[in-house]
Amino acid sequence: MLTRAEQTRGLAAGAASLLLIGLFVTLPTAALLMTAPDGLGQTLFDAYTLSILRFTLLQAVLSTFLSVLLAVPVALSLARRSRFPGRIWIIRLMAVPMGLPVLIGALGLIGIFGRQGLLNDLLTSAGLRNPVSIYGLTGILIAHVFFNLPLAARLMLAGLERLPPETWRLSASLGLSSWSTFRFVERPALAAVIPGAAGLIFMLCATSFTLVLVLGGGPAATTLEVAIYQSLRFDFDPPRAVMLALLQIALTAIILLGLGRFATTDRSAGGEGRAPKRFDGRDPAALAWDTLVILLATLFLLLPLASIVVSGWRADLGRLITMPAFRQAALTSLSIALTAALLSLLMAGGIIKARSAIADRRHQSKHLAAFSTALATLSSLVLLVPPVVLGTGWFLLIRPFGQVTSFAPFLIAAINALMALPFVMRVLEPAVETHVARTRRLSASLGIGGISRLRLIDWPGLRRPLFMALSFAMALSLGDLGAVALFGSNDLTTLPWLIYSRLGSYRTHDADGLALILGVICLILTALGTVGHKEKQ
Amino acid sequence: MKTTPAVQLDTVTLKLGQADFFFDCTLAAGQVTAITGPSGSGKSTFLNLVAGFETPDGGRILLEGRDVTGSHPGERPLSLVFQDNNLFAHLDLFTNIGLGLDPGLKLSAAERQEVSDALARVGLAGYEKRKPGTLSGGERQRAAFARALVRKRPLLLLDEPFAALDPALRLSMADLLAALHQETHNTILIVTHDIEEVRRLADEVIFIDAGTILFHGEKRIFLTHRDDDAISKFVLPS
Amino acid sequence: MRKHFAFSLAALMLAALPLTATAQDKKTLTVYTYESFVAEWGPGPKVKETFEKTCDCTLNFVAVADGVALLTRLKLEGASSDADLALGLDTNLIQEAKDTGLFAPHGIDTSAAKVPGGFKDDVFVPFDYGHFAVIYDSETIKTPPSSMKDLVEGDPSQKIVIQDPRTSTPGLGLLLWVKSVYGDKAPEAWAKLKDRILTVTPGWSEAYGLFTKGEAPMVLSYVTSPAYHMMEEKTERYKAAKFSEGHYIQIEVSGMLKATKNKALAEQFLAFTLSPQFQTIIPTTNWMMPAAATADPLPEAFGKLVEPSKTFLMSPEDVAKNRQAWIREWLTAMSMN
Repeated sequence: MLTRAEQTRGLAAGAASLLLIGLFVTLPTAALLMTAPDGLGQTLFDAYTLSILRFTLLQAVLSTFLSVLLAVPVALSLARRSRFPGRIWIIRLMAVPMGLPVLIGALGLIGIFGRQGLLNDLLTSAGLRNPVSIYGLTGILIAHVFFNLPLAARLMLAGLERLPPETWRLSASLGLSSWSTFRFVERPALAAVIPGAAGLIFMLCATSFTLVLVLGGGPAATTLEVAIYQSLRFDFDPPRAVMLALLQIALTAIILLGLGRFATTDRSAGGEGRAPKRFDGRDPAALAWDTLVILLATLFLLLPLASIVVSGWRADLGRLITMPAFRQAALTSLSIALTAALLSLLMAGGIIKARSAIADRRHQSKHLAAFSTALATLSSLVLLVPPVVLGTGWFLLIRPFGQVTSFAPFLIAAINALMALPFVMRVLEPAVETHVARTRRLSASLGIGGISRLRLIDWPGLRRPLFMALSFAMALSLGDLGAVALFGSNDLTTLPWLIYSRLGSYRTHDADGLALILGVICLILTALGTVGHKEKQ
Repeated sequence: MKTTPAVQLDTVTLKLGQADFFFDCTLAAGQVTAITGPSGSGKSTFLNLVAGFETPDGGRILLEGRDVTGSHPGERPLSLVFQDNNLFAHLDLFTNIGLGLDPGLKLSAAERQEVSDALARVGLAGYEKRKPGTLSGGERQRAAFARALVRKRPLLLLDEPFAALDPALRLSMADLLAALHQETHNTILIVTHDIEEVRRLADEVIFIDAGTILFHGEKRIFLTHRDDDAISKFVLPS
Repeated sequence: MRKHFAFSLAALMLAALPLTATAQDKKTLTVYTYESFVAEWGPGPKVKETFEKTCDCTLNFVAVADGVALLTRLKLEGASSDADLALGLDTNLIQEAKDTGLFAPHGIDTSAAKVPGGFKDDVFVPFDYGHFAVIYDSETIKTPPSSMKDLVEGDPSQKIVIQDPRTSTPGLGLLLWVKSVYGDKAPEAWAKLKDRILTVTPGWSEAYGLFTKGEAPMVLSYVTSPAYHMMEEKTERYKAAKFSEGHYIQIEVSGMLKATKNKALAEQFLAFTLSPQFQTIIPTTNWMMPAAATADPLPEAFGKLVEPSKTFLMSPEDVAKNRQAWIREWLTAMSMN
């Protein structure tokens, strides 16, 4: 259906993205491998590495399983109740954990589930003597579910809402029961989204660092990421760090392959682009169930955030907002986040263009099919590359050419863009596919192309997912600390960095206040990113 | 002999956003009625009210003499065929059609045979395991007819069922629909904006403009109706 | 979309602009240090002001996350580093720092330095120190542990938060402290202490955050920590527990890089760090003990701090040699169930 020129351009865009990402990852890796290790270097596979490996995989598998499993009823209930009071804000709230620096989220969780937290206070006053302890595997799982359930739920919700509206009319008219609706309509729709979501969450949990250490309760809870950080920062053994990173990538990739697939395979045709009206779930039991599920999920999400608000409120917010350091950091953070998000969108755009150009061809050559898979795989796996490895490698590369600090903002933005890529892909690819499937024939038949197609067809049709992807990526980049630490200089202070530096100097209240502000910024971003969604109601 | 009317809209009113709708009509059983009119006039809203996707603000809706005003779409004695997306994309044709017989897909051997027979009747013999994605647009609509067949509901509602098909296919599908009607004698409501389809299929015509029924009567009279500007414009090719 | 992109690039360049706009005519002395040193409330701004009055130069701080990151950055930059000096390494990093071959002997008179344990080195000059200590919340704990033995064998329901020796300096400090007290019996001590440890955090900030949020009544920090709470928050709630065996010390040092083009100026700065002007700034900004005489007497709060009866300090060589093995030992002891 695409013209030859469009085909070629699509493939070129994909190749460019692939090359860009490839170079961005392999160059610093090579640079690190070439540095001579400080000491003798330790063997890679010893009992220590193996036990870390075991724990990394164990907690990641459990976390992923729980996050996805618990997200299913939440997504189903939210999809069924398209007029639930405050629904849009619940969905927006789900983007906030993503944008929070992990430590802040962890402190929020501790405020609820910790030893002195709300839950234990309640249990103690109810007469229980040995309240729950968050420290250990339980805590890691709670935290990972807190951070990832919203992500899974949002992806699943989007999958359900992409079903054509006729689906719901049809199932109503056929008189499908809740169970039949689940079995024949919702389950297949979820099944299309779950492998991708699970893969994403698995990678996030496998590379979890601070959460695992803070809530793990002891060194038995250590992930490979900790070992990578340790060998790069403390032992200064870059080749070992790279080897560990490669091990992490290889193992996770195998697991993901085992999971089935990690490319987006959700190719359901779209409806009219509105949250479809639903006719099911009218009986009181269903309403009660949905209400309960949504309230519980909201509570689970809201309570830790509320505990962040409560501690943040005690800070002198007025002073924090008006201090020049804050304004500077906010400006830096937002510029980096915007650059990262746009860069991520561009890369995702190239990959999606290439993939749809390949999918469009009548006769698919093996090479092209492999290229398409490579693009999808790569855009997921970048999440496994530890930012500290990229940062250190690029530092080595850029160093001979001048002041690293002047390149630093761009490097950080590029690293963040890479980390956001899998998320952007998840939001954009299905939306683009749906949009293309809907408009391609028509645009082709009308001969609409170039700028006017962009302005009249693509922009109105894709504006919403684009904004959503943009806000998602920005929130992610805003909360990132990892990439900044190495380049740190007085003039390059981001908001999370500001929070950490307050925390590192006894100024806990300031840190709480700044965390609150950062959370609010994230919420505003997602609200902006989902502005169009109001039209639904 | 006075039979129970198949569809009765008794002073039904509805307000959707800025648009007001008012319908009052009675349709006899066993007829093919074309619902037509300019786009945006309220054709689909009429159908949605009958099907139960919209609930009227006032008035009553009776199907087969039974008041269904507030009842769920699934409780109404009707089958539906839309312009598109008539099939669950991820389920094969057997399941798609079987769901028309039992929403839990608990089918007896006889019912399974019925599904295969219906497929054969619409020209899709042996297509049981095919997914909708592998079919052409016309084949998908045929499958939707097959489901309507097995459901054996007295009322069949069609919403622009052939609008996405090319002219030759439209013709053969219309023939199929007419043949099926000959066999089942059910009541058919077909929403269409195509005057040729009205000519080909309808016994009666309801012409809707700006949310109300401008004309309701025999096709023959409708096609020669010259009193109303809106209708003349619609009937006469420009 | 492109337009916005260009806009944000421009914003980034503007943000990066001040980096390049430094004075050209005066000599510039570049000091690499850690982040909290240069924070607006840290010693950095005052040190810069005071030193620039005497040197006719520009003092330029470049800050990284912490002492460890500081060494990593120097290793990455090698001989081409812009740094004239590094300020903020500690005694445990000295050997590794020397092994890089990047540092030059300071050649200044360090007789003014007064550090418990009598630290002397020909490459690194101490500028402050602090003893590690268990800080406790006096509202929760009425009878704090009075010795390491007390801590190890005490009530396991009274929890402590410690840092990971693999990723943080205080964590390594505690490891060496326990080793100094228990020697070969250290693994057994850790196995016992394990039940009292609520969690092990990657760095000091996380641990202290948990402590001030009330999650645990004890945390590993410094003897000087209560001074912050007394002076800035006017509370004596948080106190250090004095251990009868003694306390392990962390000494922060600075050193001059071989590659410096401003050797005289760098030496002048090193000498300055031992001067009363510099030392007076340290206690209330870095919350550590001064390594030499101050111009004014220490604030009252410092008088209320615990004074360790004995100071533990292992030689940098020993630490460098045994660190890996001791961390393994710790891991084994802590991971046993």
